[in-house]
Formats: sequence, C-alpha cells, structure tokens
Amino acid sequence: MTTIAVAETPLVLSLLRLADTALVHSHRLSEWCGHAPMIEEDLALANFALDLLGQARALYAYAAEVEGAGRTEDDLAYLRDAPQYRNVLMAELPRGDFAFTILRGLFLSAWAHPFWQAATGSTDTQIAAIAAKAEKEAAYHVRHTGEWTIRLGDGTDESRRRMLAALEALWPYTGELFEADAADRAMIAAGVLPDPARIRPAWEATIARVFDEALLPRPADGWMQTGGRSGRHTEHLGHMLAVMQHLQRAYPGCSW
Amino acid sequence: METITQRIEPVTKGADPARLVEAARAAAARVVDPEIPTISIADLGVLRDVRLGADGVVEIDITPTYFGCPAMRLIALEVEAAVERAGCGRPRVNLVLSPAWTTDWITQAGRDALLEAGIAPPPPAASRRALFGEDTPVACPNCGSHDTILISEFGSTACKALRRCQSCGEPFHAFKCL
Repeated sequence: MTTIAVAETPLVLSLLRLADTALVHSHRLSEWCGHAPMIEEDLALANFALDLLGQARALYAYAAEVEGAGRTEDDLAYLRDAPQYRNVLMAELPRGDFAFTILRGLFLSAWAHPFWQAATGSTDTQIAAIAAKAEKEAAYHVRHTGEWTIRLGDGTDESRRRMLAALEALWPYTGELFEADAADRAMIAAGVLPDPARIRPAWEATIARVFDEALLPRPADGWMQTGGRSGRHTEHLGHMLAVMQHLQRAYPGCSW
Repeated sequence: METITQRIEPVTKGADPARLVEAARAAAARVVDPEIPTISIADLGVLRDVRLGADGVVEIDITPTYFGCPAMRLIALEVEAAVERAGCGRPRVNLVLSPAWTTDWITQAGRDALLEAGIAPPPPAASRRALFGEDTPVACPNCGSHDTILISEFGSTACKALRRCQSCGEPFHAFKCL
C-alpha cells in the first residue's frame, strides 16, 4: 500500500498519539454496531465510537495543519500502516466480550476525562478548543462505562467471572497511559499538553470509586506492556487497519 | 406555494453592509437541524456569528454540538444555500470549536420547539452539574410528570438520551446536558 512519512515534530507526534488512540478505540467500539447485547447498548457504543471519531478528526486536521505538508485528516488515517500508528496498545486489542469492551472504555475514558480537562488550559488555543469539547464527551463515557462495570462486577457469577477476566487481560496495558518520553516532556514544558503524572491521581480515584462499588480488586502494578506510542504494536492492529483501510487500499484515492 | 426566496427580501451585493448581514443572518437562522427539524440552528445555539468579510463576502460561524455530529456538514451546506438564495452571495461557512457549545445556549423558543416535538428540553443553566450525574428531574414531554427514569444515556442521536415516564408509561427522548 502507499504510505506517507509524516514529519513527527513533538507537537505532531503528540497529536497523532491522541488521534490514533481515539480512532483505533472508536473502530473497536464500532465493531459492536448491530451486535451489542441490547438495542440501547448498540446505540450507546455506536455513539461512544462516534464521539471518538469526531475527536480524532479534529486532532488529525490540526496535526495536518501543523505539519504543513498539505495533507488532510484522511491522509493521516488511511495512508499510514501499523508501524506508523501511535495509539496506546490497549485501544487496539480485539473487541473481546462485552465486559472487556466496557472495562477498556472505562480505563481509557477515566484517563481521557482528566487529560482533556487539564488540556483546556493549554497554551495552544486549538488544543484548548478541542479539549473543551472532548472533556464533556468523556464525562459521559466515564459515567456510562462506570455504571456497567459496577453492574457486571457486582452482577451474576457469569458477569463477574467475565469482568475479572477482562481486568486480568487489560491491567498490564494501563501503564502505557502514563508514560512520558522526550516529545511528551517538551509539550509539558511548553504548557501545550498536561503531564500524565498529574492525570494519574484523578484516574486512580475514578477506578477506585468504581471498583469499590463493583467489588473488583485493584490489581498490583506489575510489569506493564509498552510500545504502541512509538509504533511497536500487537499483531492485532495490522488486521484492524486492513479492514479499516480496505477501500483505500483496493481503490487508492477513490472518492464519491 | 410560497418559497423561501419569496419570503426573504433579496439583497444584492454592494448593498448596505448592515442590511446584507441582517438578511444573511435571517436566512441562516431559518436553517433547521436536519435530525430535529423542529428547531432552527439559531435557537439551538449552533449559529454563532454572521459578519461581512473584508472582501465583501458574508462570513458565518457555526459550532458542532458534538464532535462527531454527522449533521454538521449538511447544516453548513444548507446555510450556504439559504444565504445564497436570499441574494447575499455565496458565504464562507466556518466551523468553530471555541467556545465549546453548551445546552445552555438553546433559547427559550428552542426549548419550546423541542418540547413540542416530544423531546424533553435540557434544564436551563444545568450543564455542568448534570454532566456528573446529579440527576436533575426531567419532565415527561407527554404528560408533564417528573416521575421519569433513564433507560439509556445514549439515544438515536449523540445529543439525546432515552427515558421513560413512570406516570404515563411513554418512552421519550431527552436532550442531554452538555
């Protein structure tokens, strides 16, 4: 496939990390469309996906503008392959069962909400504007996934078994949410993006509150998975992109 | 049948700038939300500004309710067409993100229009608190009872939730606070 090489300055790279995480998570959520356990959840997961897709579009559009190479949001989404994607690994894991989907949604939105809240004070006015909208949407996502985590964790034996399995599978991917490399540190120093270390207490508080009610144990922090933000992905992302980018790969540059 | 063109007095370019902007604003304000056609984009708070650009072209700012709102593109196209039909020339339609849209911008006329369409309007000036789950009572648009429960946080469009009235038993859409 035709791919593009994006000039990843710290700002462009940071925008791609946020946009890719939103887009990849959005795609995984959209896989539930028509398959959710009930109609209300079908609508909810599709709406959740749509919110993230909208956030991704705004971030890609801004990344393209900052890069200044004349690219569009579509170029960034469709003309990069897995090694060029910068999303956190958690977002790309296969959709799993409903418990897995809900818990992933909780982990990512409990991170996104305080992140965007802090980013409303960004020195970059475009990021502050995007953050002001994303923050409100994320609040709904935390609420929705939190309520389901409680219902499933403190539900039937079967729902609880599945929630515990999801927790065991997902926990090693939570560490990557709070990493900061040189590009992140440059953005933090310039007041463009918040320091993930400062997001962590809010994330921990949300997880503690929900887990307490869901009767779920907070696992100990063991070895954590890493690599997605630098393009080292699980084998699942390539397959997902093959589906997501199928039309572009089969008919390059097509439009209607 | 009366058409929009006939209803709006045509204003041509080169006319008095204040009248041109007023005519453009009136035309743009009549565009309705394609997903909730009882409410105009002006009453929804989506139409943010109408002004005359330095080059004499009418410039219009609109803002999305939700990022992923699929109606934004259609709204932009309809604003363009409405303003052009009103004889104000083809406008430039900008999508602005800041300040972020809030349900507090829905006018009283807009709230009435929502209620008439069977959609419970958001309680005024409640956006922040409601966002975090402190349940503000929502009145049933059919019978007015406050004894209603949430069925789902997400409805048929991004901006609505699903509720049911315990009093008359009817399910209904409620505009979400944002």
